[in-house]
Amino acid sequence: MGPITFAVLATALVVSALTVVVHPSPVKSAMALVATLFLLAVVFVFLGAHMIAALQVIVYAGAIMVLFLFVIMLLNLSDDGAEARHRGRVVFRLGAWIGGGVLAVELSAFFLRVPFPEPATPPAGYGGAEAVATALFVDYLLPFELTSILLLVAVVGAVVLAQRRTA
Amino acid sequence: MVPTSWYLALSAVLFAIGAVGVLVRRNIIVVFMAIELMLNAVNLTFVAFARQLGSIDGQVIVFFVMTVAAAEAAVGLAIIIAAFRNRPTVNVDELAVLRW
Repeated sequence: MGPITFAVLATALVVSALTVVVHPSPVKSAMALVATLFLLAVVFVFLGAHMIAALQVIVYAGAIMVLFLFVIMLLNLSDDGAEARHRGRVVFRLGAWIGGGVLAVELSAFFLRVPFPEPATPPAGYGGAEAVATALFVDYLLPFELTSILLLVAVVGAVVLAQRRTA
Repeated sequence: MVPTSWYLALSAVLFAIGAVGVLVRRNIIVVFMAIELMLNAVNLTFVAFARQLGSIDGQVIVFFVMTVAAAEAAVGLAIIIAAFRNRPTVNVDELAVLRW
């Protein structure tokens, strides 16, 4: 990826991420988050992580965001001005933005100063389904099996938490 | 070829935006989305380092982060629905029963 492509992608990413944070309507925040996740998938493709990019679109932009939109729809949320009425103290919000800006500048300045050597050309099939699956099912087999327990717990927990109490 | 440090800087900026979102927003669902944003910024760091080091391990960790994020989103949104039933608000300032 050339510097110009990167600059365009990075600008779009930062703009959509800021939209998630500042837009008063939750639905539009969610749509901006979908855009952010798609753009990140594009960045992953440029980094050679094709399998992860596909998972990003399917799991994140697909499944998780649909969950978010369903909850927004279920709770019937819209921009009713509540966000503006409950903004909290101006000093606090200003402090949060300044603190976030300092964090971003500090971290970026640190990273940009590290002289990373040019990465070696990855082997053929790097980041494809086969390479990721080989690592996943050989080196990381136990953590992989444990994620199935985690997901089972999450499913049971979500059902128990969200069900109506029948007293 | 764009150097790895640029990707890391981009991910730092995205993480900071997510952190600010958690602090300034009052809608609990948007706070949740900001947390997802931070998780994704970290995923970008993992993938960038995986390419830098020529290893696939970072990408496998991203897979696990996605799993945890999915579980977290499912349970968290269920908690939001349960809390909404008891007290119809999504404002984090009003959901302060557990605050000392």
